[in-house]
Amino acid sequence: MRRQALLLAAAAALAAVAFSGDRFWLQFLGKAMIGCILAIGLDLLVGFTGMVSLAHSAFFGLAAYALALLTNRLGLVNPLVTLPACIAFAAAAALVIGWLSLRATGVYFIMVTLAFTQMLYYLFNDSPALGGSDGLYVQARPVDSRVAAYVVIWLALIAVYLVLSRVLRAPYGRVLEGIRGNEQRMRSLGYPTRRYKLVAFVIAGATAGVAGYLDATLYGFVNPAQLGWRQSGLILVTVLLGGKGTLYGPAFGALLLAFIEHYGEKVTEHWNALIAALVIAVVLFLPRGLAGLLQGRPRG
Amino acid sequence: MSLSLFLVQLVNGVEYGLLLFLVASGLTLVFGVLGVLNFAHGSFYMLGAYLAWWVSARSGSLLLGIAIGLPAMVLIGLLVERLAIARLYSRDHLSQVLLTYGLVLLFNELQSVLFGNDVHGVDTPEALSWAVRLGEQTWPAWRAFTSLACICIAVAMRQIVLGTRFGMRVRAGASNPEMVEALGIDVRRLFATLFSAGTALAGLAGMLAAPLTTVYPGMGESVLILSFVVVVIGGIGSIKGAFFGALLVGLADTFGKVLLPGFASAMVYAVMAAVLLWRPRGLLGAAAEGR
Repeated sequence: MRRQALLLAAAAALAAVAFSGDRFWLQFLGKAMIGCILAIGLDLLVGFTGMVSLAHSAFFGLAAYALALLTNRLGLVNPLVTLPACIAFAAAAALVIGWLSLRATGVYFIMVTLAFTQMLYYLFNDSPALGGSDGLYVQARPVDSRVAAYVVIWLALIAVYLVLSRVLRAPYGRVLEGIRGNEQRMRSLGYPTRRYKLVAFVIAGATAGVAGYLDATLYGFVNPAQLGWRQSGLILVTVLLGGKGTLYGPAFGALLLAFIEHYGEKVTEHWNALIAALVIAVVLFLPRGLAGLLQGRPRG
Repeated sequence: MSLSLFLVQLVNGVEYGLLLFLVASGLTLVFGVLGVLNFAHGSFYMLGAYLAWWVSARSGSLLLGIAIGLPAMVLIGLLVERLAIARLYSRDHLSQVLLTYGLVLLFNELQSVLFGNDVHGVDTPEALSWAVRLGEQTWPAWRAFTSLACICIAVAMRQIVLGTRFGMRVRAGASNPEMVEALGIDVRRLFATLFSAGTALAGLAGMLAAPLTTVYPGMGESVLILSFVVVVIGGIGSIKGAFFGALLVGLADTFGKVLLPGFASAMVYAVMAAVLLWRPRGLLGAAAEGR
C-alpha cells in the first residue's frame, strides 16, 4: 500500500515538473527518467529471470545510432515512423545477440554479452562512416520542444513500467521467476526455458532501445561511450543498489544516483567517494537494496 | 611484414600476454576458489604501478619500489579481504559485484587524492635500460626482464599448485569448495592467503608495466576487462587455462594492431566470443558448472 502511494506520488511529482517549464529540471529529470527506463528493463533480466547481461547499453546505443542514421541519411524524422523502427532494430539485435549468448550460462553468459557489447563499441568507435569516437549529431530531432520531449519520456517510463509489471503478472512472468529459482526443474516440467529466456532478453533489449531513442531525442547527439561496457556496468549497479526483482527499486536507484551525481559535484570533486560509500553501505546493511527499506522485515 | 618486425611483435605479444597472466591468475583463483567475482582486481594493478612510481621517483630506483611495493600489496590484500570480501562469502555473486564496484570507485578516489591525476613516466633501472637487437629492430631489455620474471613466477606457481600441500588445497578448493570446508581445512586462512597472493601478483604486474605504459588514472580498468576475457577464455579456476588464454589475448592484441589497425581493439573480443561459442565453458573449464 505504502509502496503504491509512493509510486503514484513520484509519478505525479515528475509530471508536475513539466508545467514548470524550467530548462534545467526538464533536462535533468528527463535524463534521470531515461536512466529509470534502462534500470527497469535490466531488472526484468537480472531480478526476475536471473540473467546478468552486460549488453543492455549496446541496445540503448544501437537505437540511438539508428535514429541518428535514419534522420541524417534518409531524412526520416516523424516519431511515428522512427520510434517503431529504432525499437525494432534494437529488438532484432537483441534477438541475434541473445540467441548466440544463451548458449552459455552463469558467468560465461555475462562475459559473452560483454564481448558483443565491446565489439559493437569498437565497431562504432573505429569507423569514421559511423562518426568514430566523436559520435553523431541527430540533425533533426523527432520531438523538438523541450517540454514535449519531457512529456514523451514521462509517458514512456510509465508505459514501460506498466507493460513490464503486466508481463510479470502473466503466466509468462511466473515461468521466468521459476527459471530464476531452478531452471533444471522448469525444463523437466516441459518448459522450453531457453526460448523463454530469449524472449525476456528481446523485451529487455526493446526497452533499452526505447531509452536510447529518447536519449538521442533529448540530446540530439549519440557517441560510442554510451554503448560501452562501463555504461552497462553502471545500469547493473543501479539495479542492485535499488533492489533487484522489484521494478520500482531500480527506478528509485536511478533517480537517487542522478541526484547524488548532480549535487555531489557541487559539494566536492571527489563525489565518487560518496557513491562508493553508499554502494558499500547498501551491500553490507541492505542486502535487498534500497527497496528493502520499503519491504519491512525479511521473511523467514 | 619483415622477419625482424614479426619477431619483435611476437616477443612483445608474449610479454604482454605474460603480464596479463600475472593479473588473470589471481582473478581466476579468487573466483574459482573463493567464488568472488572481484572487479577491484584491476585497482590492485593500478595501485602497484602507483606505488612503484612513488617510491622510484623519490629513491631513484624502480627495483626498490618493487621491493617495498610487493609487501605493501600483500598487506593491502589481507586488509581488503578481512574488512570487505570476507563478509560476502555466503552472499550471491551480484552482491560481490556491487561491493567490489564500490571498492573500485573508492580506490580511484584514493589514487586521485594521494597521487593526483597526472600521467607519470617511470625510469627503467640503469642496468636494464639497453636493448636487444633483433635484425633491424630492437627490443628493450626491460621487456625481456619482465617476460623472464613472469615465466619464473609461472613456473614457481606451477610447482606450488602441483607440488605442495597448500597447492593441493587450492586445487581442491577450485573443484569443490564445500567439500574442502567439510574436511576440516581452515578455509578462512586459505582464502585470505589466496586473496592476498592474487593482490600481490596484480600489483607486481602493475609495477613491471609501469615503465612500459606510464602510470595514469584508470589504468587498471582496461587490464581488468582483458583479464576477465583471459579468465573466461581459459576456463574459470584453471591456472593453465589462464596461461594459454593470456598468451592468446596478448598475441591477438599485438598482431591485431599491426595487421588490422581498424579492427584491432574488437579483435580480442571477437576471439573470446568465438572461443565461448565453440566451448561455452572456456578452453580448460570444468565440465559441470558448480557456481
